[in-house]
Amino acid sequence: MKITIANLKKGQRALIKEITSEIIPLKLLEMGCLPGNEVELIQTAPFQCPMYLTINGSHLAIRREMAAQIEVEII
Amino acid sequence: MAKQIKVSLIGNPNTGKTSVFNLLTGLNQQVGNYPGITVEKKEGICKLPRGVKAHILDLPGTYSLNASSLDENVVIEILLNKKDKDFPDVAVVVSDVENLKRNLLLFTQIKDLEIPTILVINMADRMRSSGISLDIPLLEKELNTKIALISARKNQGIDELKKLIVAYGSLSTKPCVNALTFAPEYFNRLQKAFPKQSLYKLWLVITQDVNFRKVDKKKSSITPDFEIKSESELKRFQQKETIKRYQFINGVLKKGLIIDEKAATGMRARLDRVLTHKFWGYFIFFAILLFIFQAIYDWSSYPMDLIDEGFAWLSEVTKSGLPSGPFVDLITEGIIPGLGGIVIFIPQIAFLFLFISILEESGYMSRVVFLMDRVMRRFGLSGKSVVPLVSGTACAIPAVMATRNIENWKERLITILVVPFTTCSARLPVYLIIISLVIPNEKVGWIFSYQSLTLMLLYFLGFGTAVGSAWILNKILKIKSKTYFVIEMPGYKLPLLKNVVINVIEKTKAFVLGAGKIILAISIVLWVLASFGPNDKFSNAAQIVTEKYTNLSGEELDQKIASHKLEYSFIGYAGKAIEPIVAPLGYDWKIGIGIISSFAAREVFVGTLATIYSVGSDEEETIKNRMKAEVNTVTGGPLFNLASGISLLLFYAFAMQCMSTLAIVKRETNSWKWPMAQLIFMSGLAYGIALIVYQVLK
Repeated sequence: MKITIANLKKGQRALIKEITSEIIPLKLLEMGCLPGNEVELIQTAPFQCPMYLTINGSHLAIRREMAAQIEVEII
Repeated sequence: MAKQIKVSLIGNPNTGKTSVFNLLTGLNQQVGNYPGITVEKKEGICKLPRGVKAHILDLPGTYSLNASSLDENVVIEILLNKKDKDFPDVAVVVSDVENLKRNLLLFTQIKDLEIPTILVINMADRMRSSGISLDIPLLEKELNTKIALISARKNQGIDELKKLIVAYGSLSTKPCVNALTFAPEYFNRLQKAFPKQSLYKLWLVITQDVNFRKVDKKKSSITPDFEIKSESELKRFQQKETIKRYQFINGVLKKGLIIDEKAATGMRARLDRVLTHKFWGYFIFFAILLFIFQAIYDWSSYPMDLIDEGFAWLSEVTKSGLPSGPFVDLITEGIIPGLGGIVIFIPQIAFLFLFISILEESGYMSRVVFLMDRVMRRFGLSGKSVVPLVSGTACAIPAVMATRNIENWKERLITILVVPFTTCSARLPVYLIIISLVIPNEKVGWIFSYQSLTLMLLYFLGFGTAVGSAWILNKILKIKSKTYFVIEMPGYKLPLLKNVVINVIEKTKAFVLGAGKIILAISIVLWVLASFGPNDKFSNAAQIVTEKYTNLSGEELDQKIASHKLEYSFIGYAGKAIEPIVAPLGYDWKIGIGIISSFAAREVFVGTLATIYSVGSDEEETIKNRMKAEVNTVTGGPLFNLASGISLLLFYAFAMQCMSTLAIVKRETNSWKWPMAQLIFMSGLAYGIALIVYQVLK
């Protein structure tokens, strides 16, 4: 099974592996969500959505469906 | 006059760009719109050393030059068009020291357009608490630019920035990143075809065309050979561009920026743990909401009373000071109360924006969006709809304006369409008087009375209808729009007083000038309709009434005359004309007039009834007693009973009776279609529900 940001637990860190470019908006890439960068899950709202992350030093929140499109490797 | 240096301020959102703008220009600024679109345009004049002046343009915040919204597109249109009157001599890119890496992405793009560019690194005061140290000379060398390290909060470094602006001529315009690396094959061809042009600029012109089809093709006659074939190809190129830029930035920052994680205080993490907590986060949010409501109602009632009295006094003074005649009447009875009707909203609007801008400046608002997104999405709204819906309880006008930061057009449109259902402050006077008439003043349990419970129910009803109609609209509306949702969670900071004050002044001014014109016009029309009649019964009112009530004199007689006049004025006839329509709801022609006049603004209802029921003063108790005594000519019972009262309350809860809101919706959606849909749907719903309720309860 693919591991994505949606699988992260609070406080867990991971490296971004693969981005399915069709679905991910450019804006997210520009905020640093690129392969090789580190991501950490800080907090989720109830029902695990949205997810509050640190990506490449930027703090941002995205919805769960999008998080599920970003493949990662947990470190 | 010496030539002004044209400066464009550019930067990511949340970098303190506006604070820098405010520091440079002070109150010497003006806010308008870019021609043809509703994107806010802020500009101002700044005095520089050696008597030089600069014209500063604060461009909308953007994360990159690959625009995804109208606001962001403005930035590109200005930067691509050398002939644009706003094309800058020098670009000042504002960045935030804590997010330097991300902010530099935009910087490298601007730099690659070969425009002289200064880099401002703001929030220098936070370097210590986040453990950051910078090698400025090294960064200047690597980025080929001049850097101003400033703290807008502490007012440090602004003079250095001004000096750099004056000396903009000496800035290098060498690009940072070679566009050839994005897609070598494509860019090689491009370079061969246009050897003299900046590659990145050509690329932007081509891609903007793909996204917006608005940029003038003449600017560079790009042949179809360079057309991007598909959206996914465009995206692949842009992704490649982003990766290349970050590679460059990472290389620069590896040498020039050191972060000592141990020195960071972790203030942000601690605050976030509480403020976005699954229980405490919501608890704190609702507590803040409660406080804001309380403040808006309580605190603004004092200045509002003063304004009310002030205008009444002004009207009185003008009346006694000027010779009587229709023109003076127009001023004292039409224009002055009309102006009063605008000014009276200023305290509430100012208070509301005070709180909203404090919450936004502090960074807390993003946490609210985060907490509420999931809940709101069920109804086709976004987490970003919370602010407008909350603002709507004060006034729908600023609330509609506050929807601008919702990226998704469908979510934004739905928010705009449902906001007027929330119980705005103008409904309150109507609710209060009707409730006190028809709901028994008895206690339920210890604290609550039926009356206050009714009021609370009406608030819930407004909010519930808004959310419910959003759910329906979400099912009906077939608008395809990108459903992405990305929100930056900025660091917490204490709001800057200067920014908050300027923001409050600006927003209030926009309301007074925008909506004010319409309210004023309508109140003049209403006055004309109430002050003239089509026949003798109006013009001979004094004679007719005096003959009829020979035993009356003085004030009482005057009131009878006024009431008679109103009955036979144009508006009186209009009221009687609609009586057959409103009768099934339990209303008579007088309430009909109240409803018609409410289309200027709802709270006019009480004042209109006061005039109609020939009560000289607006004092609540007296109007109430008169209303209580009114008899329904059909049933013989009191006109205001439980059935007609509830019907009227519900009518006001649902009906779209606000010209100003319609006007602002037209402005924000750029079409009459949506405000008209609101008017018809809301008023239709109001009529239907009021009808059913009256017929069932009667």
